[in-house]
Amino acid sequence: MIPAPFDYVRVSTVDEAVAALAEHGEDAKILAGGHSLLPIMKLRLAVPSVLIDISGVEELSYVRVEGDEVAIGATTRHHELEKSEVAQAEVPLLPHVASRVGDPQVRHKGTLGGTVAHCDPASDLPTALLALGATVVVQGPSGRRSIPITEFFLGFFETAMEEGELVVELRVPRTGAGGWAYEKFTRRENDWPIVAAAAVHLPDGSTGVALANMGGVVLKATAVEAALAEGKSIEEAAELATEGTSPSSDMHADAEYRSHLARLLTKRALKVAAGETEASTAESTAA
Amino acid sequence: MQVSMTVNGQQRTDEVEPRTLLAHHLRDNLGLTATNIGCDSTSCGACTVIVDGLTVKSCTVLALQAEGSEVTTLEGLSTDGELHPVQAAFRSEHGLQCGFCTSGMVMAAVGVLADNPNPTDREVREGIEGNLCRCTGYHNIVRAVLKAAESGPAAGQVPSAKQEVTA
Amino acid sequence: MSILGTRVVRTEDPLFLTRGAVYTDDLTDERLTGALHATFVRSNVAHGTVTSVDASAAREAPGVVAVYTAEDLGDLQPVPPPLPFLDPGFARPWLVPVGGRVHFVGDLVAVVLTEERYQGEDAAEQVVVDIDPLPAVVTTKAAATDETVLFPEVGTNKVAAFGEPAPEDFFADCEVVVRREIVNQRVAAAPLETRAASAAWGEDGRVTIWCTNQGAQQAKGQIAGWLGLDPSLVHLITPDVGGGFGAKIGADQEYAFVAWLAQQSGRPVRWTESRSENMTGMLQGRAQDQVVTIGGTRDGKVTAYSLEVTQDCGAYPRIGTVLPTLTMLMAAAVYDIPKVHAQATCYTTNGTSIGAYRGAGRPEATAAVERAMDLFAAEIGMDPAEVRRINFIPAFTEPVQTSSGATYDSGDYEAALDRVLDAAGYAELRAEQARRRERGDVRQLGIGISAYVEITGADSGHGTAENAQLEVHPDGTATVLTGTSPHGQGHATTWAMLASEQLGIPVEKITVLHGDTDRIPDGGGTMGSRSLQQGGAAVHQAAVELVEVARKRAAELLEANPDDLEVDLANAGLSVKGTPGTGVTWAQLAADEQLIVQTTFTANAPTFPFGAHVAVVETDVESGKAVVTRLVTVDDAGTIINPLLAEGQRHGGIAQGVGQALLEEILYDEDGNPQTSTFADYPFVSATELPSFELVEMATPTPMNPLGAKGIGEAGTIGSTPAVQSAVVDSVAHLGVRHVDMPATSMRVWRAIQDAQKGSTN
Repeated sequence: MIPAPFDYVRVSTVDEAVAALAEHGEDAKILAGGHSLLPIMKLRLAVPSVLIDISGVEELSYVRVEGDEVAIGATTRHHELEKSEVAQAEVPLLPHVASRVGDPQVRHKGTLGGTVAHCDPASDLPTALLALGATVVVQGPSGRRSIPITEFFLGFFETAMEEGELVVELRVPRTGAGGWAYEKFTRRENDWPIVAAAAVHLPDGSTGVALANMGGVVLKATAVEAALAEGKSIEEAAELATEGTSPSSDMHADAEYRSHLARLLTKRALKVAAGETEASTAESTAA
Repeated sequence: MQVSMTVNGQQRTDEVEPRTLLAHHLRDNLGLTATNIGCDSTSCGACTVIVDGLTVKSCTVLALQAEGSEVTTLEGLSTDGELHPVQAAFRSEHGLQCGFCTSGMVMAAVGVLADNPNPTDREVREGIEGNLCRCTGYHNIVRAVLKAAESGPAAGQVPSAKQEVTA
Repeated sequence: MSILGTRVVRTEDPLFLTRGAVYTDDLTDERLTGALHATFVRSNVAHGTVTSVDASAAREAPGVVAVYTAEDLGDLQPVPPPLPFLDPGFARPWLVPVGGRVHFVGDLVAVVLTEERYQGEDAAEQVVVDIDPLPAVVTTKAAATDETVLFPEVGTNKVAAFGEPAPEDFFADCEVVVRREIVNQRVAAAPLETRAASAAWGEDGRVTIWCTNQGAQQAKGQIAGWLGLDPSLVHLITPDVGGGFGAKIGADQEYAFVAWLAQQSGRPVRWTESRSENMTGMLQGRAQDQVVTIGGTRDGKVTAYSLEVTQDCGAYPRIGTVLPTLTMLMAAAVYDIPKVHAQATCYTTNGTSIGAYRGAGRPEATAAVERAMDLFAAEIGMDPAEVRRINFIPAFTEPVQTSSGATYDSGDYEAALDRVLDAAGYAELRAEQARRRERGDVRQLGIGISAYVEITGADSGHGTAENAQLEVHPDGTATVLTGTSPHGQGHATTWAMLASEQLGIPVEKITVLHGDTDRIPDGGGTMGSRSLQQGGAAVHQAAVELVEVARKRAAELLEANPDDLEVDLANAGLSVKGTPGTGVTWAQLAADEQLIVQTTFTANAPTFPFGAHVAVVETDVESGKAVVTRLVTVDDAGTIINPLLAEGQRHGGIAQGVGQALLEEILYDEDGNPQTSTFADYPFVSATELPSFELVEMATPTPMNPLGAKGIGEAGTIGSTPAVQSAVVDSVAHLGVRHVDMPATSMRVWRAIQDAQKGSTN
């Protein structure tokens, strides 16, 4: 119900954050929106000894065009990303997916960097970023480095960050008017996805496809992408959605059903992205 | 550690633990018990308050994270004894029964209307998806929010010289 | 014009909406100054033997004043099971001792008292409990084998049995017989306010206990008994209560424990549980496995129906054990079936104890027979509405007895069905359904119909009586004391309306108090939808009696003949007939002598509200996901005193029915570990899963009380659950599906479609 005791440090620059992480070691965690971290701390599943609050680091809150990419600062809140006119114009998949995370209150606090660092296999924005082929920029004692998102999510709540590093920026391609879709399948509207599929037409002509909750991490549907690149139809390509996945069976869905959903949602996402059908909504035509 | 914030228009400085949740700070330290805690998984929204113009679940915010912020709770919503349009609409439409979810629901509704002054039935429901109610079946809550919307932009604002709820 | 029947907004709301109601955790009563905080240590094993409880580290933790284990309980005796016929071996210890068994995840092992709230969880974590696991009994099927006997002193897991199996030839003369095993799954009541209690002992040797509960008087009696206290020493108060839905009927052991801890420590004690504790510690609902068998003729007449119930009581059997008797009583429901048989067996398991939850035994009866009717209709290829028509008990205004032994007061089931089908536009819905089937749409339409009747105001421990006290004060205000126990139903407003109707005093000037055993020693609480028909009727009666007391007084004062006086509502008093405004007010009559009446109203019998629901769902046949798009209901509860509040009760009930039909289920793994113990995992229905409801009016008064009112609180749930389940099945019936168990999740629906397409039995 309430977290175990911890110490709290507030920083106002990235350098201060890096220094604080170095000082406090591996039992320190970064606090941005806190809506991935605090819930698990309240259930005492995580017991960091120090929280380093970066929510006041102004230099990390931005959405801007940089060349043929959109750069998004790590402390950008989901609702800011949702409302960002730059994001809506340049990479519309992302603000849409941001609008689907949790509920409004969660979106007012959750940050892009936070959800990426948390690395939950069922999370929406990491799935979209994976489909986009994003780049994660981290900063640590040895300076800044860029990690392709395909190399960033290593395992169950495990990222490629080294000790002392934090996420400072996400970079995504400007997809512009390219087609996109996010098919999120839930029980209730604001639940974590049972399975979700993101599809986006990328500037280089390829289609990026990624899946949520089909394994220990969010997964790129590489077999689907390859099939599309070879000119296979959407139907044929979508059949390959389960390749490389290891869906779990839990109280929400078993592996067989998850696999079915992965294929179904991938097909639907691809069709929407291709402009062949309208996005499915969680409910019907009821007003 | 010390934390300073403005709560319902009043400046406060208090001593808290780093782990003190904003919800407990409001309830136990400031005696503002309208904000309720209904779960421990950030699901039910009964603890929703408005911080710097945005609705947040105060059970998942540390008091320290509200340092320097403007916080509005249910107790701060009416002005000089006059009900806020959302409060008035909840009454007229019977949008509450046991009342436990109501504080958070009303604050969430203010946030919905700040973001979208003329929502549809569906948009209201999506706007309160983070607030659970066991008593009302949401039917009259939705009616209340739509009714409040009829009174104009004030329905999405909180009373404060500086504070306008932003989208 | 009478105030009764008008939409009066609640007098409770101005406070609720500005300062907030005052729930048990909110209390700032000075008697609780310096209170310690209690935190319980609970078993995280469902079934096992406690081998050690080490509180030494916890006792040294910051802020800890005391830690209690089973060794520290002094003279406290285990709490006997709450029903007289239950084997005493089912008694529940206060804390499971070393060598004793824990019976469910959540069972109490120790309790910590700390100076501050936050310290409690830290200290509780430091209590080291070792439990040797034993095989967990998670299902009633497993319990029935007695392979693992949970209470060795009892010797079996069978807790109770009601009725006998049906005779072999029960369906012998039926042309068509359909039999099906169905599930009415375990659900959580999940009121938004978790359980909480505080206690403070006074210098006078009395204890004041505040707790969130549906009946202060009953809770007080239980707690006094458990603690061996003379009841006169116990003062129990229910502050504002954040929902109950049946799960807060009767005291919980923790409430008594708090009082005992306050006595031991010499300081007031407060306790509020977390939601995770609540999802294992609070009574849960339903949990019946059922076998329905229905038989009749090919042209739709049902001649025999049998219902076999297996009830999961959970650990330490409580009130859930007797709920099947209500299920059996209501088995015939709205139907005139010549031969109805019902039987129930109850087992203890390693799950949370089962208690009452909105409907408490009656939704289970309706869900079963409605499913059976639909299965029968599908078997003979008849429209489900038509089959129901053929079998309804014909309209009646005098009591009728049913084949399952209940005596219904008044009802017109066919009219209810007609009204709801008309309001729903049934013919057009079927036409749209046919069009979509023809086209092979991905989104198919399902239409579910339910007809129901339910028993309200049955004896839940207080007979069919309730008391009320009404006093008018010299300043013209009035106070009502009621034995009911509202937790959202708006009794303060409605009881004020009932008094206002007789006296003309405005509702805003009438205060209604409840839930304080010193002020109101006797009361039946709020449960079983009894409050208006007994408690409200008592208020009405008190008002009528007060008028007569006042009349005599006024006659003397005015030197008039009492028969020449009439009630002058506009002036809140009495005047000589034909000369309003010239008489005397109630306030004036109270000036020298209290103007007060105390009365008890006893209803002749329970009442039977009834109705019919139509649910419309859209099901995505590729994913199996069903969405409720319309819920049209008739809920006839007789005379409606405040339509605004009555609608609210219907809405809430309907929503909980949708929740059970589509989403909610308490799950355990094979070791009895709860899988759904937070609101993130337990899919509590939210606003986005529900449409706005379409309520149709119908009011058939009852002769059982002067108001003509029946109960409404639970009816919505009873009607909507089967309607929604039926709609989901209907939406994929054309694909060969005959049944989907609740909750009809997308996975279940999808699988049912796959199985049907493969030709497996469904």
